[in-house]
Amino acid sequence: MNQLLAVLIDGLIYSSWLFIIAVGLTLIYGVMKILNIAHGSLYALGAYSAASLAGYWINQGHAPMGSYAMMLVAAILVGLIAGPVIERGLLRFMYGKDEIVLVLVTYAVFLILEDFIKLTWGVDPYFLYQPYSLLGSFDVGNLTYPVYNLVLFGMAVLIGVTLVWVLTKTRRGKMLVAVIHDREMAAAMGINVSLVYFVTFTAGAMLGAVGGALTAPMISVQPGIGAETIVLAFAVVVIGGLGSLPGAALAAVLVGLVRSAAVHYRPELDLFAIYFVMAVVLIMRPKGLFSVQEARKI
Amino acid sequence: MDWNFSRPLKTAAAVLAGATLAITCATAHAQDKPIRIGLVTFLSGPAAGPFGVPAKMAADAIVDSLNAGKAPAPYNIKGFGGTPLELTIVDEAGGATKQVTELRNLIERQNVDFVIGYISSGDCLAVAPVAEELKTLTILFDCGTPRVFEEASYKYVFRTRSHATMDAVAGAMYLLENRPAVKSYAGINQNYAWGQDSWADFTAVMATLKPEATITSSQMPKFGAGQYGPEISALLQTNSDVIHSSLWGGDLEAFMLQATPRGLFNRSQLVLVAGEPYLHRLAGNMPDGTVVGARGPNGVYAQKSALNDWLRQIYKERAEIYPNYPAYSVAMAFLGLKAAYEKARGAGGGAPATDDVIKAFEFLNFDSPAGKVMMKLGKGHQAVTGTAYGTTRTVNGQVTVGDIKYYALERVQPPEGVKSLDWIKSGMKPGNW
Amino acid sequence: MKRDFTIRTLVGVLIALLLAGPLLPRWAMFLITVSLCYGTVVLGMMLLMRTGVVSFGHGLYYCLGAYASGTLDVLFGVSDIAVMLLAAVAVTGVVSALLGLLLRKYRDIFFAMLSLAFSMILYGLLLKTSALGSSDGFNVAAKTLFGIRIAGTEFERYLIFAVTVLIAFVAAVCMHKYLASHMGRLAGAIRDNELRVEYMGASVRNTIHVNYVMSAVLAGLGGALAAVSVGHIDPEMSYWTTSGEFVFVAILAGTGNVLAPFLGAFIFETIRSFAYEYSPNTWQMALGTTMLLVIMFLPGGLWSLFTRMRRAT
Repeated sequence: MNQLLAVLIDGLIYSSWLFIIAVGLTLIYGVMKILNIAHGSLYALGAYSAASLAGYWINQGHAPMGSYAMMLVAAILVGLIAGPVIERGLLRFMYGKDEIVLVLVTYAVFLILEDFIKLTWGVDPYFLYQPYSLLGSFDVGNLTYPVYNLVLFGMAVLIGVTLVWVLTKTRRGKMLVAVIHDREMAAAMGINVSLVYFVTFTAGAMLGAVGGALTAPMISVQPGIGAETIVLAFAVVVIGGLGSLPGAALAAVLVGLVRSAAVHYRPELDLFAIYFVMAVVLIMRPKGLFSVQEARKI
Repeated sequence: MDWNFSRPLKTAAAVLAGATLAITCATAHAQDKPIRIGLVTFLSGPAAGPFGVPAKMAADAIVDSLNAGKAPAPYNIKGFGGTPLELTIVDEAGGATKQVTELRNLIERQNVDFVIGYISSGDCLAVAPVAEELKTLTILFDCGTPRVFEEASYKYVFRTRSHATMDAVAGAMYLLENRPAVKSYAGINQNYAWGQDSWADFTAVMATLKPEATITSSQMPKFGAGQYGPEISALLQTNSDVIHSSLWGGDLEAFMLQATPRGLFNRSQLVLVAGEPYLHRLAGNMPDGTVVGARGPNGVYAQKSALNDWLRQIYKERAEIYPNYPAYSVAMAFLGLKAAYEKARGAGGGAPATDDVIKAFEFLNFDSPAGKVMMKLGKGHQAVTGTAYGTTRTVNGQVTVGDIKYYALERVQPPEGVKSLDWIKSGMKPGNW
Repeated sequence: MKRDFTIRTLVGVLIALLLAGPLLPRWAMFLITVSLCYGTVVLGMMLLMRTGVVSFGHGLYYCLGAYASGTLDVLFGVSDIAVMLLAAVAVTGVVSALLGLLLRKYRDIFFAMLSLAFSMILYGLLLKTSALGSSDGFNVAAKTLFGIRIAGTEFERYLIFAVTVLIAFVAAVCMHKYLASHMGRLAGAIRDNELRVEYMGASVRNTIHVNYVMSAVLAGLGGALAAVSVGHIDPEMSYWTTSGEFVFVAILAGTGNVLAPFLGAFIFETIRSFAYEYSPNTWQMALGTTMLLVIMFLPGGLWSLFTRMRRAT
């Protein structure tokens, strides 16, 4: 069959996954100007919770289809608990500090959560494989793909479209955009910036956890998955232009296709693919693909 | 200070009395003061689940059993020669630089007598010269790279498991014995030293044993990649007879569960060099007919013996499952050290000096739960054993291994003084052992 | 005019370390050696931070310095410490001068991420190089110092320690003088407001470029010293977590004084070493918590404790 088609399909599936893991990161950065390393831990927490809850569901002999619901429930719970705890308990005391210091704060949270995960779930991987093949598979030429890959693609589109709709069409979303543009001015106009931050961080945390939950059935959930994922998510967000949703989407597609092409044609280059794309994009467009013009403050 | 003559006399008398007391106590005390062994193994990170923690659990179980004198002969003396053992455990995570620092701390700050440790080959290479500098007997228990003793020679460093060359050699032999008509093969290995070496060894062996078989693709995903979609598509398109893989742990599980529903293993037979530790977890995702290795006659390949029964029993009491190959590796290290220690102790009776233990350890033959271990390479510092391969079959929802074949060490290992790749390329002639 | 507190302290510490070295337990001597290697890299990081840019890819030069000195033996059979260090300086100097041409146009997170990309590309290249041991790396043995054989001698460890102490001292003194110079003072001005610096007639880009090269050379020196004292190098030195640690230590230490990076590195290594020993399962949690406490209660880093004490007396 046409190898090009395989590259395209594999690339798009991988892109969907990249977008899902990166979208929460870009949302939080866009609004709060925090590059949240702990996003990797939220991803891992989501994956672990989903694997535990859905695994428990299946082991109890409930209808396997219910495991998808369990995965989402687990992710939403993680977001609703971890998001507020981190934002209210820690981050709100840090606003106004240097961007790099904030990165370090989230790095510290990441370290703490890594051990928290280890203490809670141990070091043995969790293996939730049933949902991956449950929906059957479809053929393209002589290649077989599980339908779950389509679900991933669908979720990526759904999340992206929903976020764009919320941000541009709803009143609250417009408030959010106002905060992104100028925090002080928005506060002066009577927008509750603190509440906006709270909601955004919780939503971002939830997206991170959803990313983990959706990934759980495709991998073996093990210590260290957060650290592996966060670099990829960072790269996607930076390539796309920090804080830009369409940018993240385009970057995910770009990286996904490049990696897929590398694997098919020059497997030894796979390792470099993402950093190569990042270096090239940043050299051509120093602030990423979609960058917001900033006013120069004198 | 006021100084008169009677004072030093009194002091001397007191010291003398004290010394007598101390000596009388010392004979009893020497029995009580435990031998401190530093154990370095992965407690965090991806290698903890499949390797590090099973090794730690096995070490705990072995030390308890040895201290109670419950191991079968010839290991039935309590502890080492009657002296109990005490473990100090360090996490191997954090890379070679940190492990060098930690080894120094372990030896100089915590004063351990012996060190047993290291799963990662990079760590083994890095710590060997340090153990040498600090003159502390250190046993590398699970890493595989032949480079440790092929590139240098050490006095204080031992390795009680075979190096990794035999994994590829026996794997290819087993494959070709069961399936002589292999026309093409592909590989998927992690892009770091272990994966690259495994693939390089395997292709070299295949080029020697079956030169007409073609290599269709070599996929090298990065360590911990997790997503193997494009790799699986690429492998599917090659339609290879065989796929070789040295993936392990979570990466192996992820690959298997993504590849199985896509029918990769309907087209190609899989050879898993290090598939054994997770067999029990892969039920339902492990196709029948997969060739699986345990990096030696370990785990499911260990033959029945009193020692093997002992390890299986004490491990199962702790871990609720049977021991996998890292548990066997750690057992070999403890039993080898015990054998050497007690041999050095010999007639003298007292605690032997490290140099005597080393002399006793060099070229030692000892029994382990995985059969006989011989310290024949690296001037008596590197162990050799035979190895085994088998084929999976799922029975009642459990992955079992059948068609087991054992390979004698001279068929699968280069003799002293010959580098692994050179030996493979020159036709793998059995050397003089 | 009162004598310079920093220089006096540096000289005091230098003499104390050189004298105390032989008396220290060897593990402590090694801990200090490694801390000083780290400290030298963090010193460079401090200079960048004072200029207002942060690199998440300084592992690039740390690793490059280590490999430049380590491969000398492999390629040319040279294993003299002095030559190894010079090689590290030369290689990191040239590479950073070239990359600086590009990076000096970047700021903030983009500077950080582009440098991260470069360091990860080196990481990938080294992983592919099986001749240099791929991810396992290889052992480095420095055999001579200025042609005098030290390997295997009684004094080997102490000499390596002494060389590290001396280089760290020289680096700290030079950096201190530089920071007090006209060019050095521009760094802070650039961080505060680039436009004003340009209006004053100074070149922001040139200053950033020069500081970048200096910090890269320091990282290279640190890497070479680490290679010599640890005796093993691997591509992990270029991985992003290594670079992250340098930033971590720099912030932990504070950027107020050239002594801070060394102190920070020493405290970091000590905490890590004892955390490994006493809580092998939760050392990351211990590090993370320390970091949060420092950021919350000592915004100027650990160094601000000292300035407070000095003000109090």
